[in-house]
Amino acid sequence: MEEELKERYQHIIGWGIDANPLNEPTYPIKDEGVEKGEVSWERPEKQKVEVEVLYSNERPGLPAVVGETFPPQFISGRLRRYAFKYSESRYRHWLPLLIADRINELEGVVGDITKGRLPTVLAKREWKARWQHERKSLVRNVLIGALAGMVIFKLVKYRQP
Amino acid sequence: MLAMNYRGPFRVRAEDKPVPEIQHPQDAILQVTRACICGSDLHLYHGMVPDTRVGTTFGHEFIGVVQEVGHSVRNLKIGDRVLVPFNIACGQCVFCKQGLYSCCHESNAMSTAIGGVFGYSHIAGGFDGGQAEYVRVPYANIGPTVIPEGIDEEDALMLTDVLPTGYQAAEMGGIKIGDTVVVFGAGPIGITAARCAWLFGAGRVIVIDHLEYRLEFARKYASCEAYNFKSMDDPVLFLKRITDFLGADVCIDAVGSDACGNMMQTITGKKLKLQAGSATALHWAINAVKKGGIVSIVGVYGPTDNLVPIGNVVNKGVTIRAGQTSVKRLLPKLIEHVQNRVLRPKDIITHRFALEDVAEAYHIFSAKLDECIKPVLIPHPVH
Repeated sequence: MEEELKERYQHIIGWGIDANPLNEPTYPIKDEGVEKGEVSWERPEKQKVEVEVLYSNERPGLPAVVGETFPPQFISGRLRRYAFKYSESRYRHWLPLLIADRINELEGVVGDITKGRLPTVLAKREWKARWQHERKSLVRNVLIGALAGMVIFKLVKYRQP
Repeated sequence: MLAMNYRGPFRVRAEDKPVPEIQHPQDAILQVTRACICGSDLHLYHGMVPDTRVGTTFGHEFIGVVQEVGHSVRNLKIGDRVLVPFNIACGQCVFCKQGLYSCCHESNAMSTAIGGVFGYSHIAGGFDGGQAEYVRVPYANIGPTVIPEGIDEEDALMLTDVLPTGYQAAEMGGIKIGDTVVVFGAGPIGITAARCAWLFGAGRVIVIDHLEYRLEFARKYASCEAYNFKSMDDPVLFLKRITDFLGADVCIDAVGSDACGNMMQTITGKKLKLQAGSATALHWAINAVKKGGIVSIVGVYGPTDNLVPIGNVVNKGVTIRAGQTSVKRLLPKLIEHVQNRVLRPKDIITHRFALEDVAEAYHIFSAKLDECIKPVLIPHPVH
């Protein structure tokens, strides 16, 4: 069969060149040189950590290298600290992290405003792409927005004495 | 420096950030020359990965020029043009020694399930990524590889993730000569997996997706059959019918948590986030594979739970093989394939954007506009 297939697929460059009959489910773990029972290793030099880095309680401490971007802070940070008290196997770990992400978004908006910057939630930057590729839906959404704005404006004006 | 900046789901912008500094003796600082947006970045962009902090710079597929090295870096020098595997790996721990560089135990504090990844949320270590003018690269003796002479810059860029992941997807399928291989997803990884399946001697390669332009691209690039699941009532039944009612020998899930095609999965996985993304592709893969077959998973899912027919895995005797790609293990072979023109990975790049247009780029890629398959970001030329 192999010869027949080789003939049939001669137009496909490289057909069959990496066929490996030894490729079985534990590959590549079984192939590599680790002594049976080897669980320790010479650790790389440790990074000097200068900010708070949360770490999984499924490990004894920090790895040699860590990412120090955006340490936990504000309300989202408190939630993240709570989450990391629990193992990666628990919803008590993941659900607080998901909630913290949404709170962190709001913190980002507040941060933008306090720095005098228009938040990205208002200053959406893909107008060009929408105009080029989704013009109909862009025009429709702008019209709906304008109409809704007018209705709200009229209602507010109507209720004023 | 200019860098992509995440502000929340569907909201990113380009913004000035401080240039990264050496923080560890094995660090290097790279000036980025090209960076991709990966389909996996869209999971972050859609807010599906927990602990994605506002302000993070994404980007785990990038190449660049070495600007600065820590005092323990021996394998690189300033001015080297390097490609950087997306895994951050120490090369010394028990997992790295087994070739499982994606499972390095010395690069990610926040999770024990995965090693460090550039710009992929804090559950992958909290490192900033390469969609920026400069990036910090830890363990520079291990990951970064000098781009060999004669390899095009954009081919090298594809060697940081796309090509190794597509190749490993096929490799994990344990494809034997003449096997029928079904790939779910005609994104960059699915198309590459389909192309690589032939290298292992597949007898038939079938790609399933719902975007006609991507299916057409897959037919041409990967010389495979490609079908639109929107034109079928039941993709699993369709696949059984075209495989003598037995199923495929190997099914590859190259979609992950953003899959569409099943309303219940979409609502519970993507809209309500009650599971770790929508597992439609994996569900179909398990049900469409032959009894005793292999399901290979390279699609990315969140860290919690997914609804998949695990009973069928047991009843059919299916082997599931999965893993984040061990890029460093595969690089020597894949560099050779690119040099010999067996594989031409840069052909899947369809869009190039200036880094300052990162929001446009994410929107076009995410919304599948303008027949986008693979977008590349080009940072401002510095000086």
